[in-house]
Amino acid sequence: MGILNKILTAFRGGATEVGQGIVDANSTRIFEQEIRDAEKHLTKAKRDLTEVMAKEMQASREVDRLKRAVAEHEGYVAQALEKGNEALALEVAEKIAELDQELNDQQSANDSFSAHATRLKDLVRKTERQLTDYQRQLTMVKTTESVQKATATITNSFAGSNSKLLNAKDSLERIKARQQSFDDRLKASETLAEENSDKALHDKLAEAGIGEQKSNANAVLDRIKARKG
Amino acid sequence: MNIHNIANHLNELGDKGHTGFQFDCYPIDGDVEVLQVNIVGREEIPVFLSVTDNQILCISYLWGEDEVNQERRAEMFETMLELNIPMPLSSFAKIDDKYVVYGALSVQSSIEEIEQELSVLSDNCLEVIDELADYLK
Repeated sequence: MGILNKILTAFRGGATEVGQGIVDANSTRIFEQEIRDAEKHLTKAKRDLTEVMAKEMQASREVDRLKRAVAEHEGYVAQALEKGNEALALEVAEKIAELDQELNDQQSANDSFSAHATRLKDLVRKTERQLTDYQRQLTMVKTTESVQKATATITNSFAGSNSKLLNAKDSLERIKARQQSFDDRLKASETLAEENSDKALHDKLAEAGIGEQKSNANAVLDRIKARKG
Repeated sequence: MNIHNIANHLNELGDKGHTGFQFDCYPIDGDVEVLQVNIVGREEIPVFLSVTDNQILCISYLWGEDEVNQERRAEMFETMLELNIPMPLSSFAKIDDKYVVYGALSVQSSIEEIEQELSVLSDNCLEVIDELADYLK
């Protein structure tokens, strides 16, 4: 059964009660141990792989060396035969036979290292994939547990205090009302600010003698004098 | 990143944040430590933040199953599914009998990213309640 299925089954079975884990703590620990074991296997497999690949390279170098030696000695045989020295040719041929044998041995060692390396690479890849999957599953279990515990924490906190979570509509209404009254206040203060700035302009104009003039005693006197005259 | 660093940062932010919100944070003690993040002016709908091994979870409660108009439940689900991708950074979920919107962040997230997540989540939450109120009793 997949981990998702386990989580859903546990949910529907009512495992969401506070304090009741999706997967009990013990099996989570066992799972974590399995992951650690898999990690150990992976490290070992990678170390083995490095070793085998080093041996493979060594064997392959040795194969090349032997091939060159065989070619070289075959040249000697040809030269000895040209010079009619059959005995020497035979001696070199014996040496070639030895080299051939050694080449065969090295070649088969090389092949076996290659095969071993391929197998280990497969194993490493498989283990890595499995490990990723284990970790993903563990994350799911732990996240589910953590969310449940967090929910319990939140629920307890609200149950213990006088505050309680309002229903959605009421909460939104309150927030909107607050926002509205803030907006209204903002608007009112903006209007006020505008009026003030109007007045300031007006005052400046009056000071400069532009627009409607304030009546003052001298002006009144002048007006009366003018009327008399 | 733990909830106390986040709480200190948000509380000290005052009006210097770049989201235009002011935050009040209260750690809640429990099996898993949870940070209640109140956004000034929106105290009725707090965001709850918890930090696990590999992620930071921010959750806001929408409504309870008991608030749902049961005749329109399927419609509500469909609307939620349709809104899930367009809604920036947040997704719908259900915890026990409560519907929630939540966002998950990497534990490597910067404090500014967390701040943004909280503000977007709160905006989404208000908008969702406004839009989906028709499905509620």
